[in-house]
Amino acid sequence: MSDLENFRRETRAWLEANCPPEMRRPMTSESDTYWGGRNAKFSSEPQRVWFERMRDKGWTVPDWPKEYGGGGLAPAEHKVLREEMAAMGARSPLSSFGIWMLGPALLKYGNEAQKKEHLPKIAAGLIRWCQGYSEPNAGSDLASLQTRADSDGDDYIINGQKIWTSYANYADWIFCLVRTDPTAKKHDGISFILFDMASKGVSTKPILLISGYSPFCETFFDNVRVPKSHVVGQVNRGWDVAKYLLQHERAMISGTGERGIGRPLGQVAADSVGSDDSGRLDDAMLRSQVAAFDIDEAAFAAVAERAIDLAKAGQSHPAFSSAMKYYGTELNKRRHEILMSAGGIDALEWESERSRGGARPRAWLRTKANSIEGGTSEVMLGIVAKRILDLPGA
Amino acid sequence: MALVLTEEQSMLRDSARGLISDKAPVSHLRSLRDSKDETGFSRDLWKAFAEMGFSGLLVPENFGGSGLGYVEAGVVMEEIGRTLMPSPFLSTAVLAASALARGGNEAQKSAHLPDIADGSLLAALAIDEGAKHRPLQTNLQAVRAGNGFKLNGAKALVVDGHTADLLIVAGRTGGAAGERNGLTLFLVDPKAKGVAIERTVMVDAHNAARIEFSNVEVNADGVLGEVDQGGALLEGVLNIGRGAVASEMVGLSEEVFGRTVTYLKERKQFGKLIGEFQALQHRAAQLYIDIEITRAAVLKALQTLDLDFDHAGAAVSVAKARAGTTATLAVQEGVQMHGGMGMTDQFDIGFFMKRARVCQELFGDSNYHADQLARMKSY
Ligand SMILES: Cc1cc2nc3c(=O)[nH]c(=O)nc-3n(C[C@H](O)[C@H](O)[C@H](O)COP(=O)(O)OP(=O)(O)OC[C@H]3O[C@@H](n4cnc5c(N)ncnc54)[C@H](O)[C@@H]3O)c2cc1C
Ligand SMILES: Cc1cc2nc3c(=O)[nH]c(=O)nc-3n(C[C@H](O)[C@H](O)[C@H](O)COP(=O)(O)OP(=O)(O)OC[C@H]3O[C@@H](n4cnc5c(N)ncnc54)[C@H](O)[C@@H]3O)c2cc1C
Repeated sequence: MSDLENFRRETRAWLEANCPPEMRRPMTSESDTYWGGRNAKFSSEPQRVWFERMRDKGWTVPDWPKEYGGGGLAPAEHKVLREEMAAMGARSPLSSFGIWMLGPALLKYGNEAQKKEHLPKIAAGLIRWCQGYSEPNAGSDLASLQTRADSDGDDYIINGQKIWTSYANYADWIFCLVRTDPTAKKHDGISFILFDMASKGVSTKPILLISGYSPFCETFFDNVRVPKSHVVGQVNRGWDVAKYLLQHERAMISGTGERGIGRPLGQVAADSVGSDDSGRLDDAMLRSQVAAFDIDEAAFAAVAERAIDLAKAGQSHPAFSSAMKYYGTELNKRRHEILMSAGGIDALEWESERSRGGARPRAWLRTKANSIEGGTSEVMLGIVAKRILDLPGA
Repeated sequence: MALVLTEEQSMLRDSARGLISDKAPVSHLRSLRDSKDETGFSRDLWKAFAEMGFSGLLVPENFGGSGLGYVEAGVVMEEIGRTLMPSPFLSTAVLAASALARGGNEAQKSAHLPDIADGSLLAALAIDEGAKHRPLQTNLQAVRAGNGFKLNGAKALVVDGHTADLLIVAGRTGGAAGERNGLTLFLVDPKAKGVAIERTVMVDAHNAARIEFSNVEVNADGVLGEVDQGGALLEGVLNIGRGAVASEMVGLSEEVFGRTVTYLKERKQFGKLIGEFQALQHRAAQLYIDIEITRAAVLKALQTLDLDFDHAGAAVSVAKARAGTTATLAVQEGVQMHGGMGMTDQFDIGFFMKRARVCQELFGDSNYHADQLARMKSY
């Protein structure tokens, strides 16, 4: 038996023995996600057990080096772990902007002290991060951001406003884009800096979404003092770090949605629409929509697998995550349109217990942000056109 | 297994691409069409294919082939798709070779597989009867007579049926149309009494035939696999064909797309390269993404056929359905973005559009496979 087959056998056995049955069911609400952080609470005992067991193996971040709290798995092993977890429907033990976004950027651009300081705390779920990129006048055109960081001895004094900062009101630390050189061209005066959200002068104001939830905030900085040593990468070269991080963010967002787990969408639809005598969804038009969706979803799962394999083989284009982000988010929106259509009148209830507090329409509305957050669909297509297809024009 | 080509597979692709782009660019198809060539493909090129080992790619080594897998067959099909080379590769090296290798007894295999591998035998698969691909609706009657069977019925869209030395025919020995039970595959000599072959000139200038069978006698040795139980063998062979045609469509789509993007960077209107217009940029980007996704889905299907043949049906339906919609979009955008030029016969784009239409129909179009997937998922 090859080493990899051995690893698969051991991994399967370990997961079987250690993943509580409750953690093998599809997530159905926000509280099913564990985000970690200073004020984190587990929503259930199985959630705690599962998180701690995975953390102890370094499998909250299976492919990070062991010295930074990761599992040190080789690409092929990591793939096996993903496959085995997917096969049993095991939930991700820890969701975190630190894992998805900051970690990869620190691994590439951080200095040793920064890696040692931050990565293990991300891996262990001790610190929860938020992302301070967007501003009221810097959305798609992110590089026109205006939040200022003025030099003062060994520190910067930060002033300005961010917006749409997801979970800023729950986060412990922020990775933030600030302008360190207001005289340079817009891409050349930006730095990538880390600081504690408990710092004096930081305040947040939640914003209500159309889903009725409030997962993001306006974030204000009023003379926030941050040591210069907290800059990641070179001063004024923060755009490189920001872009690299966005690649990871986009890859992550592209996977949003309950892909291939739980019951097939067509059967969920049949719960409300019913089936005909031969077992077919009793709405021919909806059935064909679902089938077309299933084709695209399965194909997308294949490209997601391939994207990782290509990256590991050093054959992927750095802008490919924009392609993935575009398609994955449009797909997820389609899924929820189908769910709403299948649910019909029942999917319109907003508060009743029967509807689990309007879970379906709220989730549907939330997906509309997928093609906006992390860069809009139009911006993604522009990146593909320019960076991959090399089409002319600005 | 990683969802990328291995080094050996990449080398195979390079050698296939070298031969095909050199000897059979689109102009090759064009000249066969314009001269109304009787064969419809080049026998010399098929010989060259055999010498490169392509004709025996799926033939097991002990029958003179190289015993490679479906991923490798897909690699060659994709290159064929890039130049639309007409070739018996699909009918003979993919469909017939796998039908014989998977369903044949020792005598049938040793009678035919070595000849397929060395390029001397051409074969064709005769399945479809109506306007749409409905293998279970097979209604060609095969009635027991003496030591064998008598065949009566008609087949359509028999790829390369006009040049075949051997026909593999799906017939009904039992059950009713629509049932899987009662299907049987037969090896039929196209020169046998009662076989009438009409070459059909198709929209894509590739080769196909309508074949009528009136009281055609086949003896018991001509049964491929088991009587009444041919459904599973047939479905397996069709899945291989679907994966292969999906690969051809990936090659075709990518080629059309490449030509279109090149045009966007050359053609000027309103004082600008038309590739500067965001309306076209975004559509080009969407098409690129579609093709990449389809490429992954097709490779996934071929790998599944190689690794877990009996459970490949869903992946194959996904691949064939995706490849069909992607190719349809690619050729439409290709013509549209070339403006008036795209509509001219002198320009190659139209050839791709026509071939894509035929590939859609071959072994089930996108709707067929979406319906199949829905059935597999019980809704
Ligand atoms: C739920 C949610 C969570 C978020 N979380 C965070 C976070 O944690 N941290 C953070 O920093 N940001 C976050 N964002 C912000 C997000 O990154 C921005 O909303 C996004 O980049 C778009 O910017 P904008 O909202 O200013 O829209 P605009 O840039 O004003 O875009 C408006 C419309 O114009 C289109 N458009 C803009 N430019 C072009 C162009 N060149 N060509 C064609 N079309 C164009 C856009 O595609 C869009 O349709 C979040 C957003 C949402 C919705
Ligand atoms: C069957 C047929 C019959 C015809 N009959 C006649 C006739 O009788 N008389 C006559 O004078 N002409 C005729 N035409 C020509 C026809 O009007 C032109 O083909 C048409 O105007 C497009 O011009 P073009 O072919 O140069 O394409 P181009 O202008 O080169 O366009 C190429 C592509 O770029 C796109 N494009 C161009 N500019 C922009 C832009 N600003 N923004 C976004 N996309 C853009 C186009 O939509 C197209 O997809 C005929 C054409 C055909 C196909």
